[in-house]
Amino acid sequence: MKRIATVLILVLSFTAACAKKQPATVASQPAPPAAAPAATPTPPPPPRPAERIEDSVPVPAISEDAIGNRSLEDLNRDSPFRPAFFGLDSEELDDAGRAVVAANADIMKKYPTWVVTVEGHCDERGTAEYNLALGERRAVAVKTYLVALGISPDRLRTVSYGKEFPFDTGHIESAWAKNRRAHFVITSK
Amino acid sequence: MKFQLPTSNSQGGGARNRRLGVGDWLLGVVLAACCVVALLAQTPQTPPTPPPQQPSEIQLVISGEPGTPPRYAVPDFVALSPDAADAAKTLAQVLWDDLNFEREFYMIPRDTYATIPVARTAEDVPFAAWRELGADAVVFGTVQKTDANTVRVQVRLFNVRSRQAVFAKEYTGSAANPRLYAHTMSDEIHQQQRALRGVARTKLAFSSDRNRERISGPVQNRDVKEVYIADYDGENVRRVTTNRQLNITPTWAPDARGIAYTSYRRGYPDIFIALIYQGIQETPTNGVGQNWLPIFSPDGTRICFTSQRDGNPELYVMNRDGSNVRRITNNPAIDTSPTWSPNGTQIAFTSDRAGTPQIYVVGADGLNLRRITTGESYADRPTWSPAPFNEIAFSARSGPGFDIKVYDLAGGDTRQITFGEGSNESPAFSPNGRHIAFTSTRSGRGVHIYTMGRDGKNVRQITRDGNNYTPSWSN
Repeated sequence: MKRIATVLILVLSFTAACAKKQPATVASQPAPPAAAPAATPTPPPPPRPAERIEDSVPVPAISEDAIGNRSLEDLNRDSPFRPAFFGLDSEELDDAGRAVVAANADIMKKYPTWVVTVEGHCDERGTAEYNLALGERRAVAVKTYLVALGISPDRLRTVSYGKEFPFDTGHIESAWAKNRRAHFVITSK
Repeated sequence: MKFQLPTSNSQGGGARNRRLGVGDWLLGVVLAACCVVALLAQTPQTPPTPPPQQPSEIQLVISGEPGTPPRYAVPDFVALSPDAADAAKTLAQVLWDDLNFEREFYMIPRDTYATIPVARTAEDVPFAAWRELGADAVVFGTVQKTDANTVRVQVRLFNVRSRQAVFAKEYTGSAANPRLYAHTMSDEIHQQQRALRGVARTKLAFSSDRNRERISGPVQNRDVKEVYIADYDGENVRRVTTNRQLNITPTWAPDARGIAYTSYRRGYPDIFIALIYQGIQETPTNGVGQNWLPIFSPDGTRICFTSQRDGNPELYVMNRDGSNVRRITNNPAIDTSPTWSPNGTQIAFTSDRAGTPQIYVVGADGLNLRRITTGESYADRPTWSPAPFNEIAFSARSGPGFDIKVYDLAGGDTRQITFGEGSNESPAFSPNGRHIAFTSTRSGRGVHIYTMGRDGKNVRQITRDGNNYTPSWSN
């Protein structure tokens, strides 16, 4: 009995781990087929509701191609890139920020055709005007580190949005912390 | 003595004690014809006919009791045609508000006029009743629709004690916006009675997400911001940009016909100039680098702006057409948020070269740098007051938000004029230096444009839709 429980726990945790590892692939599965178009010839109304015919769609194996094949919109909606966060008023990448940028650099190396825009964002603790410059400095700090990690500057754009596009519109520190970020956007692939 | 009615362009000082010879124009016969065309900043004016000879002398400026401002009453205008009834009410209410704005007069509330007999003509103004109400000055005006699209407006300002008209004017033009006639009267009365340049015909430009559109692009949930303009009192809002991208930091050209602003329509910030009455758009930076926060020199010939074209946010000055670009700052820190001194020889700006954002002043040639703010943890968006005040307003970090402070360049003192009523940012002076437009979160429902006196009093909410940012006040 104890053995079975252990095996069950192992299987469950393994499944959970797999699910955690590949969250991006969930969205990459083809959308379920739309309901058959109601091609109703007007003259004779069918006596009963039309029979629904659904074709089975093969689900591709989970693979890296699932990322590479996705559209730009899908990629950016559920991005393989993580944002790098900054301290209050700061444009410096700390250790955690550098680790994120390094992981993002690895992804860029896997997809060498991708061109990425690094967006600099700021929180409402700063003014609208100064934040436009601070966001620029944040984006450039990330770009500089990416280039140091071997990414060609030709593949990198920077743009500052200051505090114009908050990711969290709350007025508390946890919201502000999310808004002080370098956000990676894939602009061509 | 040569007689001349005051015009909106006359800037002569010393009106308080000016005595003008006036003949029988007091009967209301002499009215300067003045054609007001909606949306024209420069009102074309016809010079008044000279008065007859042998004038008597009258006191032109109406005073109040010693030590108190004159008390003004503005009853409804008289509609000379039935279809002008709405305009008659609007004219009086707007004129009352406009005259109240500069706080030079005590405006007697309009809901206390009920007992005063209504005058149908300038000859039956009930001066005794107005005197009983304590009025020193009373306005009598008429409005008439001369055809479907045209109105004729007449106005007189009477000294209640002497029963003499000290100001008389006739206007005609489009019936579309009666408020403009009231604004014009207010500016001319302030000019004549107080030698003061009023702001009733000025406009505010600002950026707003009020249309609640989303930017289409690879990233979801980003609000469109467009540039809008409104009258100084928030009425008559018009959208200037229509590109459904991020359009921010509008700033008026000194002729009040152009607006320079920062737009992301190409995916990065760049400077555009909208000639709003011609539908023309200019792109002075010619695609060099990323550029933002433009601001016109006071004579309109140059634009100072922030650019990262050399790798770091620095200040540059270019001619209005984009030629002759010169770099003003050269420092590895951020230099941004420029504002010109009234004579165009100096620029105040924000730099974090000392570790935090602070206000500095530098010559327009890039020389003679000096720091202005020393007691702030964070200061940005300096805005230099027009004459006669020699001040720089800015926003300073204060608790979780910002407050507006004013630095006096002559005395070196700083005074705070907002006190934590929400977060207060982006101050912009009115062209007469007596008012400041700014943004505030004080309503608890979004970010809005407000105006206040330079002493922080008389706060008025200007916008009510969406969120609104970075006001600029036109000449």
